[in-house]
Amino acid sequence: MGKHNFGYFVHEGFSNMFSHGFMSFAAIGITVACLLIMGTFTLVAVNANQQLKDLERENEMLAFVEEDYQNPMDLQKKLEAIPNVTSAVFISRQQAMESFLEEYPDEELFRDLDPNILRDRFAIRIEDLERISQTKEAVEDVSGIAYANAAEEVAGGFITIRNVATVVCVALIAILFLVSVFIISNTIRLTTFDRREEIAIMRMVGATNAFIRWPFVYEGFLLGFLGASIAFLMQWGLYEAVAQGVSNNDALQLIDVISFRELWAPVAGSFAAAGIFVGVGGSLSAIRKYLQV
Amino acid sequence: MVESENAIIELKDVEMEYDNGTRAIQGISMRIKPGEFVFLVGPSGSGKSTIIKLLTGEVEPSAGRVRVNGFSTRNISERQIPLMRRTLGVIFQDFRLIEKKTVYDNLAFVMRAVGAPVKESRQRIPYVLELVGLEQKAYSYPNELSGGEQQRVAIARALVNNPDTIIADEPTGNLDPERSLELMDLLVKINELGTTMVVVTHEKDLVDHFGKRVVTIDSGRVINDSVGGYVGGRIHG
Repeated sequence: MGKHNFGYFVHEGFSNMFSHGFMSFAAIGITVACLLIMGTFTLVAVNANQQLKDLERENEMLAFVEEDYQNPMDLQKKLEAIPNVTSAVFISRQQAMESFLEEYPDEELFRDLDPNILRDRFAIRIEDLERISQTKEAVEDVSGIAYANAAEEVAGGFITIRNVATVVCVALIAILFLVSVFIISNTIRLTTFDRREEIAIMRMVGATNAFIRWPFVYEGFLLGFLGASIAFLMQWGLYEAVAQGVSNNDALQLIDVISFRELWAPVAGSFAAAGIFVGVGGSLSAIRKYLQV
Repeated sequence: MVESENAIIELKDVEMEYDNGTRAIQGISMRIKPGEFVFLVGPSGSGKSTIIKLLTGEVEPSAGRVRVNGFSTRNISERQIPLMRRTLGVIFQDFRLIEKKTVYDNLAFVMRAVGAPVKESRQRIPYVLELVGLEQKAYSYPNELSGGEQQRVAIARALVNNPDTIIADEPTGNLDPERSLELMDLLVKINELGTTMVVVTHEKDLVDHFGKRVVTIDSGRVINDSVGGYVGGRIHG
């Protein structure tokens, strides 16, 4: 590309976009709609995944110390050294009894129970729920631990939900992306069809394919980038509004929505990349058939 | 060999068969010297349009050789086609102007397409517009011009890159007889300035009026090649 042509290509890309106002408006509108749908779906999926992870973290395993084991506090380091264990918190018989009584404050019968009927124990949190069974076995192998209780069925449920949600999200996002590329490239194809005469004249006077193609590439770039920018701003507004709605709703207050400040960079990057990709890709595929011979 | 060097356009034993089996050209040989003015006449479907396509590199001959302004269009590489087309100016019956651009911009656009600097366009375009008598219409849009004026813009566009050869495909097809004569006068004037001119037409009166070389095509063959006027039984398809 000659230096003196760069300004011309950008100028042509801009002026073509404005001179074909309606088609440009349609292409930008469709880009915005597609990105907004994909973005909203992805953000819901990201938040849902985060909620699931938080719930998973709450899932504890209890490891009970053998009755006659001396110095049970010594076991903490051994337990924390087991792969997949993130923390092991010691709970004495006395503490266990106190929390038991807190759970049943109105039951007079439990008041005089001897804490010695309970065992010392460790509350163990783990990293990966999928390895809960192996981790439980490793915990029980530690000398001094009598046995461990782990809610394996609950963990299995979480894993299934997360896996299904991930597969559904990825599939839906992929389908939405393909549909977006198809719609946007067809819209750009229409703008190109509108200008086939112009392209034919350029070819007839001896313009190279690159010379013909560049203004369309810039136009596609601008359409995609503008669409992505508008979609990003709308996504931001929509996300904040929904987050506000969730935090103000008594029933939904337990849901901890991720702040947009943590998400804006990947959202902006993905929108810009997707917008530019479909804009430029759509332009190139649309113009290809007019450049033969 | 010497003959080839003297000819700016040469077709030798050219055959052209389309993919659907239509044999449009059947063994045509023809030579056009630099600076010549040639009318290409014949009925519809005789092969005139295919000859234009062969000359502009839109199609490759099935057999034989086509040479245009020093380029052989048989097995021409994709990179060379634009270079070959820059040596040609093409005028169409339906003008093919870009409606959204002014007359000046229609011309500037084709100069830019071949990489001419803006400064050169500023000098060349007023000169060419003056040559075709449209210097006052530089900033008009095509739909503000008459048919004759639009065709003169198309001629200016064909001329603006200073081609060796101009190919005009039925340039007077959309004009009344008076405008047709004016336009043909203009093409003759341009030819007298040194540009080789190939004009496809089926207007017998115009052909006879100018007394130039006439090549008559019928059924994909040259049936007559002579100077002075139209020779042949039928001219309209």
